[in-house]
Amino acid sequence: MRHIISILIENEAGALSRVSGLFSARAFNIESLTVAPTEDASLSRMTIVSTGSDEVIEQITKQLNKLIDVVKVVDLSEAAHIERELMLVKVRAAGKDREEMKRIADIFRGRIIDVTDSTYVIELTGNGSKLDAFLDAIDRSLILETVRTGVSGIGRGDRILKV
Amino acid sequence: MQLTGAEIVIRCLQEEKVEYVFGYPGGSVLYIYDELFKQDKFKHVLVRHEQAAVHAADAYSRSSNKIGVCLVTSGPGVTNAVTGIATAHMDSVPLVIISGQVPTGYIGQDAFQECDTVGITRPCVKHNFLVKDVRDLAITLKKAFYIAKTGRPGPVLVDIPKDITNQKCEFDYPKTIAMRSYNPVGKGHSGQIKKAVQMLLEAKRPMIYAGGGVILSDASEKLAKLARKLGYPVTNTLMGLGGYPATDKQWLGMLGMHGTYEANMAMQNCDVLIAVGARFDDRVIGNPAHFAEIPRKIIHIDIDPSSIAKRVKVDVPIVGNLPDVLDELHKLLEASTGVPEQKTLAAWWKQIDEWRGKKSLKYKQGKEIIMPQYVVEKLYEVTGGDAFITSDVGQHQMWAAQYYKFDKPRRWINSGGLGTMGVGLPYAMGVRFANPKATVACVTGEASIQMNIQELSTAKQFRLPIKIINLNNRYLGMVRQWQQMFHGNRYAESYVDALPDFVKLAESYGHVGMKIERPADVEPALREAFTKHKNDLVFMDFLTDQTANVYPMVAAGKGLSEMILAEEL
Repeated sequence: MRHIISILIENEAGALSRVSGLFSARAFNIESLTVAPTEDASLSRMTIVSTGSDEVIEQITKQLNKLIDVVKVVDLSEAAHIERELMLVKVRAAGKDREEMKRIADIFRGRIIDVTDSTYVIELTGNGSKLDAFLDAIDRSLILETVRTGVSGIGRGDRILKV
Repeated sequence: MQLTGAEIVIRCLQEEKVEYVFGYPGGSVLYIYDELFKQDKFKHVLVRHEQAAVHAADAYSRSSNKIGVCLVTSGPGVTNAVTGIATAHMDSVPLVIISGQVPTGYIGQDAFQECDTVGITRPCVKHNFLVKDVRDLAITLKKAFYIAKTGRPGPVLVDIPKDITNQKCEFDYPKTIAMRSYNPVGKGHSGQIKKAVQMLLEAKRPMIYAGGGVILSDASEKLAKLARKLGYPVTNTLMGLGGYPATDKQWLGMLGMHGTYEANMAMQNCDVLIAVGARFDDRVIGNPAHFAEIPRKIIHIDIDPSSIAKRVKVDVPIVGNLPDVLDELHKLLEASTGVPEQKTLAAWWKQIDEWRGKKSLKYKQGKEIIMPQYVVEKLYEVTGGDAFITSDVGQHQMWAAQYYKFDKPRRWINSGGLGTMGVGLPYAMGVRFANPKATVACVTGEASIQMNIQELSTAKQFRLPIKIINLNNRYLGMVRQWQQMFHGNRYAESYVDALPDFVKLAESYGHVGMKIERPADVEPALREAFTKHKNDLVFMDFLTDQTANVYPMVAAGKGLSEMILAEEL
């Protein structure tokens, strides 16, 4: 099962390596990991996407909680939540492809944020499958470069992860 | 008052009432050593290798329940210490390790004696810190002592760059500390404890399985009170020995890979199991699938939630501080009107006594060759069962665990989790510093002892009257046993060749050496060592049976009840 785990962690040097080291040392799997400081600069928020049986996920959350720098851990996927990922795609956009590329970007509510004679950079947000669908919808040979942030997630409604 | 970083380190250690610092000087800790030189509130123990410093601090802690403290230099000082740190980490021993680091401006420049200490030690410490500002130094050390001892204990390392130790700032040592990210648990959930009481009272074939957590939390008296109240059988893990009196009639011996027949059979066949500060590790329950074949209800008390439901499913998890949880369990039992059904319990004890009848620890001592088990039994007799026993790792460790009956906690000091050869002698040193009048014996083998043999020099310097019981079978005994049993008698590299003359070696350090070759000499030699040479370090080299194996044995991956017994071979 795929789980999205959100972590509030002290914004200290080496905090990321404590988390990533834990995953590799205990043979837990990481599909994606994002991290950045929160509105309180002393805290960072991490979102980790992992897969595993219920027992494995239980161990992951327990082991994360055991890290001294970790303030809070929540398995977002246990209840209603929103997940988003940002992707930047650089595509060839010349000749007949140029208009088509713009149209598909519009359909996916992507934004073109860089333009040259022959290329576009398209910015796209959504869940992972939407980003995948976009890549499937355009001509693969036109993709020059992609970069994805990995999933960020937040609980819906009253579910709040805060100190 | 403005103090330098080095002065602050010393003041913090004094504030923490540290008695001994085990260490080895080097370039990046010179300012600290300079300040250490100028004070006399605590003593420094100079070891001969940093690994031994950590082991000694570790055993100092294990045998006293105080925090062990070490001081090592950067680079090789730290990497040498890593084995010691990992050993303490696996057995949850509270240590504070202070390491020097190259000056802040040099970090990352591949400077002389630089290594990424925080990175290298991260997976084998409870927590570690790199101090980047002298103003953070005091609070960081305060945190280190607090984290090491609270919750599930463990080693904490503080890495201090050299320039920090020479910078000044105002010194103020905080009295208390609170961390929003670290809040160790206290009392257990009372609803869960109620459930546990009910389950315990309804048990038909109950079993108490107690581990190292009982020792670490000083809960052995409370455990004994609970066990006696219930009248249930008790087994200890290797780490838990001494947590329940081994001479008590409710005690079934150690369980696990080399546990007694009765302990393993009772563990496998019980219907209600209460695990107290133990973690169901692979050497204890064998194959978890086999263990799960007989359904049983499990109550698991541990301070570390991640130890619960890690290897076996648990019916009543109780996260909390053991003494508190045991107190509440006992209180609820006292208040409860229910009592265990005596008839069913008697039937269970009858079954256990039948298993005991197997006498799974028996062995034959002939007239010619010394059996290693015999040496440990005689050691037990000669010391009146009241010594602190450290061991190294291998067959001798198992024989010491099986044949020395520990009635008190903190008397059995060994590396259970990491299984580190070479701990025995530095462990004996640490024990003796923590217990200056105690009788201390190190049960070891000719291979293990050579892994930290240089500490004979430290023992000389500090006049530590340790008795080294060297069970010398000229083999890496446990490796040889596995090769015999599982690798077609091919003894790849397990023969220990080119041994020194241990008697002369000991004498060259100014100690007493003895070589014992005949069974009839075992007891007289031990008596001589523990009486005539009471105040000397005595290296007792016992030439023992080369073919002796440790039984019973649960082969790796097998179930607990699938033991190989001595008589079956």
